[in-house]
Amino acid sequence: MKKRILAVFLVLAMLACLLCACGEATTEATGSSDETTASSGEPQVTGGERESANEIIVGIPQDLDSLDPYQMGTAGTREVLFNVFEGLVKLSSDGSYVDAVAASHSVSEDGLTYTFTLRDGVLFHNGETVTTEDVLYSFETCAASTVNESVAAALSAAQITAEGNDIVITLAEPNSDFLAYVSNAYITPADYTDQGTAPVGTGPFRFVSYSVQESFVMEKNPDYYGTPAYLDKVTFKIFDSTEAELMALDAGSIDLCAHLQYDQISTLNNGYTVLDSTMNLAVALYLNNGVAPFDNQLVRQALCWAIDVDEVMAFATGGQGVKIGSSMFPNFTKYFDPSLADHYGYDVEKAKELLAEAGYPDGFSFTITYASEYEHPYGDMAAVIQQQLAEVGITVELEPIEWASWYTDVYQGREFESTLVGFDTSVLTASGMLQRWTSNADKNMINYSNADYDAAFAAAQASQDDAEQTELYKQCLEILSDTAANVYIQDLAEYVVIHPSLEGYEFYPLYILDMSTVRYT
Amino acid sequence: MKYILKKLFALIITLLIISFLAFLAFSIIPGDPTAKILGMDASQEQIAALRSELGLARPVLVRYWEWLTNFLRGDFGTSYDYNLPVGQMLADKLPVTAALTLISFVFTVVLAIPLGILAGSVRNQALDHIITAVDQIFMSIPQFFIGIIMCFVLGLTFRLFTPGAFVSYTQSWPKFLYYLLFPALSIAIPRIAMTVKMLRGSIKSELERDYVRTARSRGNTRRAILGRHVVRNAMIPVITFLAISMAEIMTGTIVVEQVFTVPGIGRLLISSISSRDFPVVQAIVVMMAAWIVLVNFLADVINQLVDPRIRLQ
Repeated sequence: MKKRILAVFLVLAMLACLLCACGEATTEATGSSDETTASSGEPQVTGGERESANEIIVGIPQDLDSLDPYQMGTAGTREVLFNVFEGLVKLSSDGSYVDAVAASHSVSEDGLTYTFTLRDGVLFHNGETVTTEDVLYSFETCAASTVNESVAAALSAAQITAEGNDIVITLAEPNSDFLAYVSNAYITPADYTDQGTAPVGTGPFRFVSYSVQESFVMEKNPDYYGTPAYLDKVTFKIFDSTEAELMALDAGSIDLCAHLQYDQISTLNNGYTVLDSTMNLAVALYLNNGVAPFDNQLVRQALCWAIDVDEVMAFATGGQGVKIGSSMFPNFTKYFDPSLADHYGYDVEKAKELLAEAGYPDGFSFTITYASEYEHPYGDMAAVIQQQLAEVGITVELEPIEWASWYTDVYQGREFESTLVGFDTSVLTASGMLQRWTSNADKNMINYSNADYDAAFAAAQASQDDAEQTELYKQCLEILSDTAANVYIQDLAEYVVIHPSLEGYEFYPLYILDMSTVRYT
Repeated sequence: MKYILKKLFALIITLLIISFLAFLAFSIIPGDPTAKILGMDASQEQIAALRSELGLARPVLVRYWEWLTNFLRGDFGTSYDYNLPVGQMLADKLPVTAALTLISFVFTVVLAIPLGILAGSVRNQALDHIITAVDQIFMSIPQFFIGIIMCFVLGLTFRLFTPGAFVSYTQSWPKFLYYLLFPALSIAIPRIAMTVKMLRGSIKSELERDYVRTARSRGNTRRAILGRHVVRNAMIPVITFLAISMAEIMTGTIVVEQVFTVPGIGRLLISSISSRDFPVVQAIVVMMAAWIVLVNFLADVINQLVDPRIRLQ
């Protein structure tokens, strides 16, 4: 018997030894650095080693789809490579376009001729000087690319020539969005074909290395013509589940993480700084206007009255974010009209009246489809909407499907009744948000068809007067709201969490992670 | 020799069937790789053009035949997502998953055998029940859950490692191996529990054999019998089980790599399935299937080597 007890003790001792060995190994592995300074009670702040090396690690939630500036499809890729590539002009954080590779630009009075004067002595990351030849090559390559249709179409329609140190672009008709397209034509060395593996641009950072599903590393460009970057090195570490990313953030193995949502930051407790903004996304219960009963405007309006957006937000996103009321997001202040957010209130009786008028006094049933990858917040929103609509007699079924299926069936196939999703724009223009709802647009997923809307949009496109154009775009937004094209909900709150000794992070009205302004204090 | 040939033939047939099924599955499920490549705003014409460029518009049998002939020539194709040769991508990720599998296997063998022998030789009824219960618990916790608990307890609370701070082997081997210890352990724990259960059962039934009583009557101590005869006999089924474990550990890495953010084959597999990156998925599926079939074959051979009583027909 004693022997047996001894045996059990031995096993325990062995396990204890193993654990101790693990503990010792840790001290060895991190002993040389102060990577983990555990202290109970106080918030744990790490990263001293990276601070002295003047570098940071940024967590990104998805892999890059291509390093080639003319093949970048996703916003997640563009926001990273914004640091490496620049156009003749580039977007600044206030939403205006400032000169980059061009030293100055001017537009003729009729709005047809754009003249860009090349900045002297701008160097590519490979050490060569940017010439007009490179610019022409870049425009040609960009116009031939298939990734961003609107940019490619705008550039293909223009005549681009070099005159001395100037690039002259002649348009067939005025296009007030043209500067936005120019900013998307990244300037790259002529006939350089290795962009996919070793990208070369003119930005404040230059490419160092990329490893699939692992990381994208860039370092400071010492030859940058503008304000140089503060950091010497930035590593974008690729995570593919937000849970893993949050855990890494909590543990201090990354210094900056953007695009976080309310429920994600609410559990963080590591002393990092939290900055808040919105995602530039129009989230709505998008209704297929092409199928019954949503082809009836009264039904759509009834839905708007029956859904309490404030409660949806309170439950799904902790009340964070901004109500929208139409297809525009609040950071785009030029067009955003806050009054539309309260166009419909919450009024069950009114909703019932409208339903009765439309011929559905006892309600009906329909399905809300959403991508299961976005259970938060879309699944949560759908659940609240389901309960609210039950009060007016409408039965809602929830159908979470895989994103890839959502894309083919709902977005492309338009085989759905309603879906919860958010729309953004890849080019910062009003038409980027509004063109998709014109009757014949390829991207008109909801089959919205309204002659007034089409007319107002066409007039806005043709207008050369900025004030008049803005007014017409706002009119488009009002029509969407009046006709209850969709049940508009909100722009989601977005948070950036950064290491407390970092500062200078700037928000853009587009998906952009500008690292050139970030610095250690 | 004849046996080996027969096994080899079975291996090839198995791989053909598996690769075809994987191919078929992709042509049935909805979703299309063009969505990821072209982005949300692509027009129907662009999608059609890319589909024909990638050859997706052709019948599934034609595509399968083309894939198979290329595969046999060593050309695994090009990833749709990354535009890189699949062979090169796998070569980059394989060392990570191989190291993870190996460490996990070492954990299993080193911990399970002594624990199993101890559990098998326990005669106290109460203690025996406790051991069985604890073992059962560890057996039934899923690996990813152990992984999450480890990240919280060992990572965030005790700070033994930093979750997400994976270091590539190209940068530092010691840091790389150290980080892998934790995912490896979370894969190994259920395997250890299963091996212990098996070894314990095997020893118990072996102890009731007649030869044990005979040996005992000849004056041998219980301990000597255990060491000299019982454990050796009891190990036979366990060795087979351990060999097969190699296959299960490999598949365990798929989920655990997600939890610990280890950029290995498993993460690549999951992401390429969701983006419909066929060439990558096909190559990984065939590779994993080959590994599983191979390990089972090895288990048979080892079985024969350790126990001459088993004759392979």
